[in-house]
Amino acid sequence: MNVVLIFLALIGGVVIWWLAGQRLMSKPWLETGTAPPATDRQELPSEPAVKIGLFVFLGVVGALFSLSVSAYFMRMASADWWATPVPRLLWANTAVLVLSSGALEWAKREARHDRMESLPLALAAAFSLAVLFLIGQIQAWRELVSAGYVLADNPANSFFYMLTGLHGLHILGGLVVLGRTTVRVFAADVPRDRLRLSVDLSAIYSHFMLAVWLLLFVLFAGWANDFIDLCRQLIS
Amino acid sequence: MVEIPSGSAGAVPAAEVEDVELYHPKSWWTKYVFSQDAKIIAVQYSLTAISIGLVALVLSWLMRLQLAFPGYFAFIDANHYYQFITMHGMIMVIYLLTALFLGGFGNYLIPLMLGARDMVFPYANMLSYWIYLLAVLILVAGFFVPGGPTGAGWTLYPPQAVLSGTPGGSDWGILLMLFSLIVFIIGFTMGGLNYVVTVLQGRARGMTLMRMPLTVWGIFTATVMALLAFPALFVACVMMLFDRLLGTSFFMPAIVEMGEQLQHGGGSPILFQHLFWFFGHPEVYIVALPAFGIVSDLISTHARKNIFGYRMMVWAIVVIGALSFIVWAHHMYVSGMNPAFGFFFATTTLIIAVPTAIKVYNWVLTLWRGDIHLTLPMLFALAFIVTFVNGGLTGLFLGNVVVDVPLSDTLFVVAHFHMVMGVAPILVIFGAIYHWYPKVTGRMLDDFLGHIHFWITFLGTYAIFFPMHYLGLLGMPRRYHELGDTVFVPPSANTLNVFITVMALVVGAAQIVFLFNLVWSLFKGRQAGGNPWRATTLEWQTPQTPPAHGNWGRDLPVVYRWAYDYSVPGSAEDFIPQTQPPSGGLTREVVA
Repeated sequence: MNVVLIFLALIGGVVIWWLAGQRLMSKPWLETGTAPPATDRQELPSEPAVKIGLFVFLGVVGALFSLSVSAYFMRMASADWWATPVPRLLWANTAVLVLSSGALEWAKREARHDRMESLPLALAAAFSLAVLFLIGQIQAWRELVSAGYVLADNPANSFFYMLTGLHGLHILGGLVVLGRTTVRVFAADVPRDRLRLSVDLSAIYSHFMLAVWLLLFVLFAGWANDFIDLCRQLIS
Repeated sequence: MVEIPSGSAGAVPAAEVEDVELYHPKSWWTKYVFSQDAKIIAVQYSLTAISIGLVALVLSWLMRLQLAFPGYFAFIDANHYYQFITMHGMIMVIYLLTALFLGGFGNYLIPLMLGARDMVFPYANMLSYWIYLLAVLILVAGFFVPGGPTGAGWTLYPPQAVLSGTPGGSDWGILLMLFSLIVFIIGFTMGGLNYVVTVLQGRARGMTLMRMPLTVWGIFTATVMALLAFPALFVACVMMLFDRLLGTSFFMPAIVEMGEQLQHGGGSPILFQHLFWFFGHPEVYIVALPAFGIVSDLISTHARKNIFGYRMMVWAIVVIGALSFIVWAHHMYVSGMNPAFGFFFATTTLIIAVPTAIKVYNWVLTLWRGDIHLTLPMLFALAFIVTFVNGGLTGLFLGNVVVDVPLSDTLFVVAHFHMVMGVAPILVIFGAIYHWYPKVTGRMLDDFLGHIHFWITFLGTYAIFFPMHYLGLLGMPRRYHELGDTVFVPPSANTLNVFITVMALVVGAAQIVFLFNLVWSLFKGRQAGGNPWRATTLEWQTPQTPPAHGNWGRDLPVVYRWAYDYSVPGSAEDFIPQTQPPSGGLTREVVA
């Protein structure tokens, strides 16, 4: 459960940082009758609610994956664990996902500078690259299965399929939203700032899922093992 | 002396917020059924939760009947008994308490108490309810499938949960339970995002965090915890579904079932326990923190006195929320864990008692020399405090490894967590319903019926759970369908069991009075007016009662003070609403 505790510590850090700006030391009972300060945050909402909502949601997704990874490490310690080989295709898939994220970053910058002409191209590229990633993942599954690494044979396989599956589902969910945004670009009547926000949110989500994928990839490739061993020794 | 300047002209204009795209219902269906109005969603959540809670109540009756009169009721065989236990526990903890506190009270109170028009994502909020309803239906479907619902115990420990020896283990029961939980978590996440972001972004002008009522603090912190803890249950459910349906071995060790070697091997049941309790312990506080918050508001309002140590109360809520994530393994002392871990978790568990005790002291000190009105909400709040203290004290015993190990499998544990997590939050729920029902419906609940309900429930639950501690100390095991002839259980213990069962039947029946009151008062109750309790918080200052769609007429309220200005010296009334601007442009002097 160390991974999830580290994740929680991160979340806790964010919470403390946020609470630190909330005048927790104030004495509200002494402020009786004071008018709200003129610089109240409410007048200038710094971020739109959807964006905050997305960050909170990413916190939930982060908890989900760090818990799964915690379970991965705990199960790994048992004797019947043989690492699953990483299909070479995963390298290509990773590159595709990076490109997809890159395309969205490009779209975000274009939208920020009000250059709407190139937006459809960027979004369409990001969308199709993400679809390509999913197809690639399914292809990787098929390769593994045909090489005899089936789901129930070994816990490493089970985790590989489950974690890639969970990640794929999240990409799929992101695709639904990205698809809507792409369609909106073509519709004439959508206000620009709404569009900009949609692109912005899609980019954030995509970067986050890319980061999750990179961590999972490191996990599957076994590069994290030495580090984990080190941690184990430190704890014991 | 601290000088606090007030606004030069006193009142300030309402914040210039851009027009919120408020959802406008177009037909009867979208107004009352597929509504996106948080108030309607709150009522839907509450009614669904109460309905499914009644099912769990009946299940507890059946269990008690079996324990008191073993063998007398032929249809309660061992399998049914375990199914009743499982469904009772799961329904009460998740589908009733969590859903009612966060989905019910959260939806109703967060926007109203913060001066918002609605939740920030009304559509997701509506989906949240319907997905919750779906989860409840999937759960209930368990009663109607071959093999019945799962009888794995509410903790669903593998490997027994998915083996054929357990009711529903190799049938539909366990599958429906796992699916239902997964669906519930998805639905809750949608609602939870709403509650959190509304608190972050939807507050009225002047409503700083430190001016929020403690109810909102409790619900807010609990929601954040739930958003982080429920994924653990989600992962555990998904992995168990894999084990059960696809033959993986996440949790399943090599095992022989009915003389047949199963294909599983090497899995770790302890892994499931870690995941489950990583969710399960915060879950206790997900239920308790909203209760803490609500009780603080009830006590302050009905004792006409500001809450003692508001800052401390807020900090305690946050600290309890944080600590509750590092105590989960105290549910696993008997799992054979490393004693060093046991020591660690016992320590963290006992540390939680500190902020919790701070809260209890502050409630008592709020009552001290207050103008206590023994209204129904106040009675329930007082009953909560004593019940929570009683239940919490036995928690201190059980938090210690050496005490827990012999008591772990006895009725002592059952008594402990029913006091602290069953009865105590339920008392708050009742108190809160008596308190806010006038706002929801515009009418008061009947006082006489309410008193009958209160006294039977309060004294009755004590009659049930106090003797149970004693039975536990005698060594009477929990989870047993039938004891048979046991040397260490004297015949008098069985008499006590009969007594407990009779009281359980009485307390359960008393809830009919409550339900009748809910319906009867809806039509015949005394008109309440906008602010029957003379309370300060925003939900009592709405232009209409019940609040109309959009809550606040044309302008959003502006908040000038904290939520607890009761009996302020020198003021004409004994309460000053949060919306009341300071009197004139004078600079007030306050003794620091």
